[in-house]
Amino acid sequence: MSISAGGPAIEADRLKKEYNGRAVLDVERLIVERGEILVVLGPSGCGKSVLLRVLNLLEPPGAGAVRFCGREVQGLEGRARVEVSRRMALIFQDPLLFRGSVRDNVAYGLKVRGVPREERLARARKMLEVVGLERHGARNVSTLSGGEAQRVALARALVIAPEVLLLDEPFANLDAPTRAALQEEVRDILRGRSMTAVFVTHDQDEAARMGDRIMVLNGGRVAQEGSPRDIFYEPETEFVAGFVGYDNLYRGEVARSEGGLATIAVEGAVLQAVADLEPGRRVVLGVRPEDVTLMPAGEVGARASSRNAFGGKVTGVELRGPAARVTVACPFPLVALVTRRSAEELGIEVGADVGARFKATAVAVMENAERAVRDTDEAGGLHGQNMRG
Amino acid sequence: MSAGYQFFHALWLSLAVSGIAALIAALVGIPLGAALSEFRFAGRRAILVIIHAFMGLPPVVVGLYTFLVIMRSGPLGSLNLVYTATAMVLVQVILAVPIVAGFTHASLEEVDPRLGMQARSLGATRGQAMMVKAREARAGIVAAVIAGFGRVIAEVGAVTIVGGAISGKTDTITTLIVKSTRLGSYATAAALGLALILVAIIVNVFMTRLQSEGGRRELEKRVTGYVD
Repeated sequence: MSISAGGPAIEADRLKKEYNGRAVLDVERLIVERGEILVVLGPSGCGKSVLLRVLNLLEPPGAGAVRFCGREVQGLEGRARVEVSRRMALIFQDPLLFRGSVRDNVAYGLKVRGVPREERLARARKMLEVVGLERHGARNVSTLSGGEAQRVALARALVIAPEVLLLDEPFANLDAPTRAALQEEVRDILRGRSMTAVFVTHDQDEAARMGDRIMVLNGGRVAQEGSPRDIFYEPETEFVAGFVGYDNLYRGEVARSEGGLATIAVEGAVLQAVADLEPGRRVVLGVRPEDVTLMPAGEVGARASSRNAFGGKVTGVELRGPAARVTVACPFPLVALVTRRSAEELGIEVGADVGARFKATAVAVMENAERAVRDTDEAGGLHGQNMRG
Repeated sequence: MSAGYQFFHALWLSLAVSGIAALIAALVGIPLGAALSEFRFAGRRAILVIIHAFMGLPPVVVGLYTFLVIMRSGPLGSLNLVYTATAMVLVQVILAVPIVAGFTHASLEEVDPRLGMQARSLGATRGQAMMVKAREARAGIVAAVIAGFGRVIAEVGAVTIVGGAISGKTDTITTLIVKSTRLGSYATAAALGLALILVAIIVNVFMTRLQSEGGRRELEKRVTGYVD
């Protein structure tokens, strides 16, 4: 990521926030480069909404520094606060439209900035075109559908041409098709305008779709940050792995390691992973269910070269539309996500014998939690350096 | 002094005194209620308790204490307010402010607090964000002013004590009704009562229009001086 003239759009250091003595935010370092979409991913209550409010100067951090385009802005009050916050806009999960017409809502940010009526109505009209609501300017907001209302909220934020757009789970309340359509639209709009954005979500699919970079937050702390590929294929902690879809997580100990291939003893079985690890090291292994292939039980032994191949009995089948989530006792529990059609072809039902296999490259290796405390500190420092470089 | 003169003077005085009192109460009570809803400060709870208690205070009690302050030998005796319309406005303001402030506060508390935050995140100053919330609570705030006006125009004890109910001078509709009834002039008293009911209906029709969408712009233009 190149640093353009003037440095990052937002930088924050040692950001802390407490509510009633409970730490809700503890971010060592945060950088949002100009023009990038940073996704903040985490479960409910991980501090991601608080982070947005602090960045938007809606509330001050308990400690730490926030720099907006190079200028320290934490704790600003009154006019100075308003001036900085006017270079950003925040969209919430609920559209939070004001009583009145669509047009007046979209023009609101311009009105408080003293933009003359003619100009603000013209700009509102243009922005309503961008979100596909050009014919709805005169409508009362109480008649809008959920998707339309969120489009109005989007137009209301975009019309002020913010340098940074902050989005707090903006699509969480929408139905799946509307959500998908809006994700694509917002991405295109942000791209087209090279707009900087911080997008907060608890949805890993949305994070993958929207983000240039992802920061995973857990309990107010940064668990990991990196490209979507890093996060989804090289999770650094058990928490991150579990959160981004590694439903198969095992604790184990490295038995041996040679030629870049490690053999790890796990719950009475032996798994192989592509990694260089010293024997005796305790690790956590993660396998995504969609990386597990199922086959007829008889084929397991037939492929001698096949690593990580196991036979077992099906203990659970959960149908999810066109997909089936199958749990196999290998004897350790292994969850596979296969198409419903292939599950039917393999005759999969509870109690059936089946073979399961995954590649050694599909195994993510993480530090065991016992060492994670120290590693988190190291990781924090390391990321800071990476970001600066 | 003709009965007709007395009647119309009382009607006019009732409207003028209570109208001015309600207006002043709105100018004081709405910002007070808004401040109590928007800001958290020491003593806020105590002020709310006092406001809520004063909402139901008997007017004669307020009239009595006001009289003790403005009577010739009282602290404000030098202002010569006793038995004047000004004193009547003053006592009615004291009666109406808690009503307006209390109802304004309650209706603003009903507004989603996130709307204010949303307005600020779109660049509103704190004052502009409060205006957004006030617009959301418009119906409740107008109702607060209606209730304040209703309390004072219907009130008789306080204006009698500080105004003296002097015929043709400080008599209001309500004090004149009391007098007429005592004198056995039931027809006059009934006519005055009818007039009061009519006044109440006319005023409320006008105020209710302000609560509706149609009257919104009108109200905003008058109250805030800006409208889009």
